[in-house]
Amino acid sequence: MTSTISSNLDEQDEGAGVTGFRRRRFLGYVLGGSTLIAAAELSFAGSATADGIPSAPQIPEVYDLEDAQTDAALPTSQLIQIVINTDGTASFELPRSENGQGVTTSTAMIIAEELDIALKKVKVTLAPARPELFLNQLTGGSNTTFSTYTPIRVAAAIARRALLDAAANRFETDAERLEVIAGVITNTATGETLTFGDLAEEAAGLFDREVEVELKDDAEMTIVGTPRGRDDARLAVTGAKDFAMDLDIAGALPTMICRAPTLNGTPRVLQNRSAILAMPGVAGVAQVSTGIAVRARTFGQCIDAIRAMKVSWNQGSVEGESDETILAELRRAELPFTPVSQVPDLPLLGNKTHELSFEFMFRSSAALEPYAAVADVRADSAEVWAGLKSPILAQQDIAKMLGLSQEQVTVNVVTGGGSFGHKLFSNHALEAAECSRALGNVPVRLMWHRADEPRQGRLHPMVTSRIRAVTAPALIGTGRKVFAFEQRNTSVVTDFSHGFGEVITSTVADLPAGLGELSLSQTIFVLTQELGYDFGAVTQLLNEVDSRFNTGSMRNIYSPDTRVAAELMVDVLAKDADKDPLEYRLEFLRNEETKRALEKVAEEGNWGRRMPAGTAQGIAIHKEYKGVTACLVEIDCRPGTVNRDIREAVTGPRVTKGVFAIDAGKVINPRGLEAQMIGGFSDGIAMTLTASVHLKAGHFLEASWDNYFYTRQWNVPPALEVHILPSDKSTPGGAGEAGVAATAAATACAYVRATGTMPTRFPIAHDTSLSAFTPKSFVPPVPPSPTNGLKLTR
Amino acid sequence: MPKQTFILNGKSVTVNVADDVRVLWVLRDILKVTGPKYGCGINVCKACTSHVNGKAFNPCAVRVGDLKSTDKVTTIEGLATLDGRKDLHPMQQAWIDRDVAQCGYCQPGQIMEAVALARRVRREGRSITEADLDAIRNVCRCGTYTRIREAVVQGARAMGPND
Repeated sequence: MTSTISSNLDEQDEGAGVTGFRRRRFLGYVLGGSTLIAAAELSFAGSATADGIPSAPQIPEVYDLEDAQTDAALPTSQLIQIVINTDGTASFELPRSENGQGVTTSTAMIIAEELDIALKKVKVTLAPARPELFLNQLTGGSNTTFSTYTPIRVAAAIARRALLDAAANRFETDAERLEVIAGVITNTATGETLTFGDLAEEAAGLFDREVEVELKDDAEMTIVGTPRGRDDARLAVTGAKDFAMDLDIAGALPTMICRAPTLNGTPRVLQNRSAILAMPGVAGVAQVSTGIAVRARTFGQCIDAIRAMKVSWNQGSVEGESDETILAELRRAELPFTPVSQVPDLPLLGNKTHELSFEFMFRSSAALEPYAAVADVRADSAEVWAGLKSPILAQQDIAKMLGLSQEQVTVNVVTGGGSFGHKLFSNHALEAAECSRALGNVPVRLMWHRADEPRQGRLHPMVTSRIRAVTAPALIGTGRKVFAFEQRNTSVVTDFSHGFGEVITSTVADLPAGLGELSLSQTIFVLTQELGYDFGAVTQLLNEVDSRFNTGSMRNIYSPDTRVAAELMVDVLAKDADKDPLEYRLEFLRNEETKRALEKVAEEGNWGRRMPAGTAQGIAIHKEYKGVTACLVEIDCRPGTVNRDIREAVTGPRVTKGVFAIDAGKVINPRGLEAQMIGGFSDGIAMTLTASVHLKAGHFLEASWDNYFYTRQWNVPPALEVHILPSDKSTPGGAGEAGVAATAAATACAYVRATGTMPTRFPIAHDTSLSAFTPKSFVPPVPPSPTNGLKLTR
Repeated sequence: MPKQTFILNGKSVTVNVADDVRVLWVLRDILKVTGPKYGCGINVCKACTSHVNGKAFNPCAVRVGDLKSTDKVTTIEGLATLDGRKDLHPMQQAWIDRDVAQCGYCQPGQIMEAVALARRVRREGRSITEADLDAIRNVCRCGTYTRIREAVVQGARAMGPND
C-alpha cells in the first residue's frame, strides 16, 4: 500500500511580490489513492528588465521560449505524483523523456532534497503517454528542469509534511518536535524513530486533504547543487541499460523497411515478393507508406532481404534538387534590410555599412541509436515502446492511423540512445505500429538502418543568414558605435508538428504584443534569439520557404547558425572600431551575467596570448534557456594539422583547446551540467567545421558515420574546461542545448582570425568533405554487411 | 540448419542459424545478449565492439560461421566476470568515476575498445598517448569525448596484468 501525494501549485505569496521567491507557501493535496484534479497557477513573471539600457529590449529579454513552455505546462502540473512506498523508497514517474541529458538523475536529486531522503531511495522512471497531461509531457527546448523544478519540489515537500503529520500523530506530539534525517523521523523528546516506509500507509489517509507547505531555502540544500553521477551509470557500463531494441517483448521480431532511392519516395510495388518470402529467416513482407517492410528472425536477415528486393517507386519530394538549387530558392526569398537612410539617429558623416552573408548547409540530427520502436498491434488495441519526447501526440497519431481510440493505445517511453531533437518526432513509433498492422497484427521490433537516417531522417534545415551593421562615430564620447544591426535568416521550413507547436499556440494569448501574428517558426525564432549587444536598432528575422524536407528542431534549433553569423560580424565591428574582440564585446554587452561569463573564459583561457601563425583564439557568447554562456577556443589551421591523414575521415582545422563558461542560474547537478556542455561543445565544433549532408539529384548522399562527419576523437581538443559560474538565482535554467551556439561561434571566429579568410559556407568542410567518401548505393538502399571483421581485430 | 558453436562470456554456446548471419545478430536477436549495440552495421561506428580471444572486434562484420568452436567471444556483459572477478572491470569503474556515459548507447563499445587499447599498448611496452586516443574511431553522438579520453587513461592505469 502506498500513499499518493499530488501537488497543486495554488501558491500563496507571503507579500514578497512576484519576484521574491523566498518562503512562498504552496498548497497541495494528500490523496487516499484516487487522483486529484485541481486548478493551479504559478507565475514566473518579471525576471528580466531592460531599464536604463539604450536599445529596446529584444523579446527574449522579457519573455522567452522557456516562459512560453512553462506557462503552457502550468494548468496540469498538479497531476505529478510522488509515491511513498512501504519499503521507504519514493517513486516518481517523470512526464518527460531521458535521452542522456540527465533529467532522471537531477529529478531524483530534487526529490531527495525536498523530502529529506537518501538519493538512492528515490526511483525516477519515465511516465507512459498520459493524455490528461495534455501539453505537459513534451521534452524539448531544454525546458525539463526549468518547468518541473518547483512542481516536483512542492509535491516532495507535501509528502514530507504528510509523513511528519503521521509521525506526530503516532508519537502523540507536534510535528515541530520531530526531526527528519535521510528518511527517518525522530521524536527529539524521546529519541523514538519511525521511517518513511513505516508511515507510508497511514500518511495516505482515508480522503483527500489539503496541505500547505513551504519550500526549503537554498541555503539549507545539501543534495541539490552537489556533483552527482548519473543514476544509470552502472547499467550503462555493464550493458544492462535497455534501449527500445533491447526490450524482450514476446514475438517482436526484427523488422526493417526498404526505402526509396530518393527523398520521401513512396513504394509502388514489390516485384519479387515470393522470392523475398523464401529467403532465410524472413517471416513476413508488407508494403507500408514509407517502403517495403520485412520481418525476420534477425536484423541481418532483414538487411539481406532489403538488398534483394526489386521495388518500383513513386517519385520523391525533391526530385532533381541539389544543394545549389535549394540555396538559390533561399536566396530568392531573402528579406531586404531597412534602407540605411531610415536607421534611427544615424550621423550622416563617417558612417559605414558592413555586410556579411553566410550559408548553413543541411545537417542530420540522428542519434547513435537509430530510430527504433517496438509495436504490438492487435485488432482492438496497440502497445508501443520507444524513445519519445512527445508521447501523447504519438498516441493520438497511432490511434488515428489504426482506427482505434486513444485509450486503446498504450505508449511506453523508453530511455533513448540520444535525441538532439530527433525524438521530438514519432516517425519510428508510427512506422512500427503501421508495420505491425500491415504484417498481420504481429509484434515487431522496427529499426531504421543507419543509411536511412541521414538520407530519409530528420534534418537541421539549410539556412542563409545575412547581417548588416551600420556604424558611425559615437554621438557622445569617442570611438565608433553601431547604430543598426540587422540579421535576416532565410531557411527551409523547420517542422514543428511534434506538439511543440501546441505548447506555443496554447500560450499565444499571453505572448508579448505582436507575436501572435507570426508563424510558429517565426514565433520560436523570435522567442529564442537575443543578440545580447547594445547595437542600436537590432532586428533578427526569419523567413521560411520549402516544406518538402524532413526537418526538425536539432539541438539548439536556430541558435548555432544565427550566433555564428552574429559573432563573426561582432569581430568585424571590433576591427572597424579598432578594438580587441574581447574588449569590444565587454563594452557593448547588455547583460552583467554575460560579461562575467566572457571575462571568465578570457581569464581562464589566457585571451590574447601570443600564438604561432596559422593558429588563433576565438571568443563568443550566447544567451538562451534562462542562462548565459561564453566560449573561448584555440584553433590550429596549419597545413600539418589540416592535412592529417586519417582514413575515412575529415580532419581539417583542429580545435586544440576549449574553455567554456555557463551561468545556468540555480544548478541542480553540476556534474551533469558539465556533461551537457562537453556534449554541446562537440556539437558546436561539428556544426562549424565538419558535419553536413549533401543534397544531389533528389537525395542526400550520406549513409554512414564515415560519410556524415560528426565530431570524432581526432577532432576533439585535448584540453576542454567547463566553468560553472555561481548564481544567486533560485530557479534553474536549461542545460541540454546550451553548449552549442557559443562553441560554434567561437570556433568560427577563431578560424577567421587564424586564416584571415571569412568563410561564406558552413560547415567549413562542406565542399571538401564530398571527396572523403564514395556514396553508398541507393538501390539497394542499404549497404552490405562486411565479412572481414576477424581480419581487423585489434 | 547449421549448428554454430563458440565460447560466449566463458561458456560454450550453440545456436542453429545460417553461417552468414553476422555475429552481432546472433548475439542480440537470438541469444538476447544486448550489450553490443547496432549503430551502423558496417564496422564504422564501433558501437558493437566486443572481444574475440582478447582483442577488439566488431561482430557486425563477422559471419557466425567464421567463428571456431574454441573462439572466445567476450561482450560487455562478460568483461567484469571473467577471471572470477565479482565486481566491475577497472575500465568500467573508470567510466563510473568520470561519469562518462550520457545516453550510454555507445559506451559498451567504447569500454571494450578502451580495454583492448590498454592491452595493446601493454603488449607494446608503452602507455597510452594522445595519438592513441585520437585514433579511437568509436562514435559518441552525445559528444562526451573529453570524458572518454580521461577514463581510458585512468582505466588503463588501473588495469592489472590479467585485465
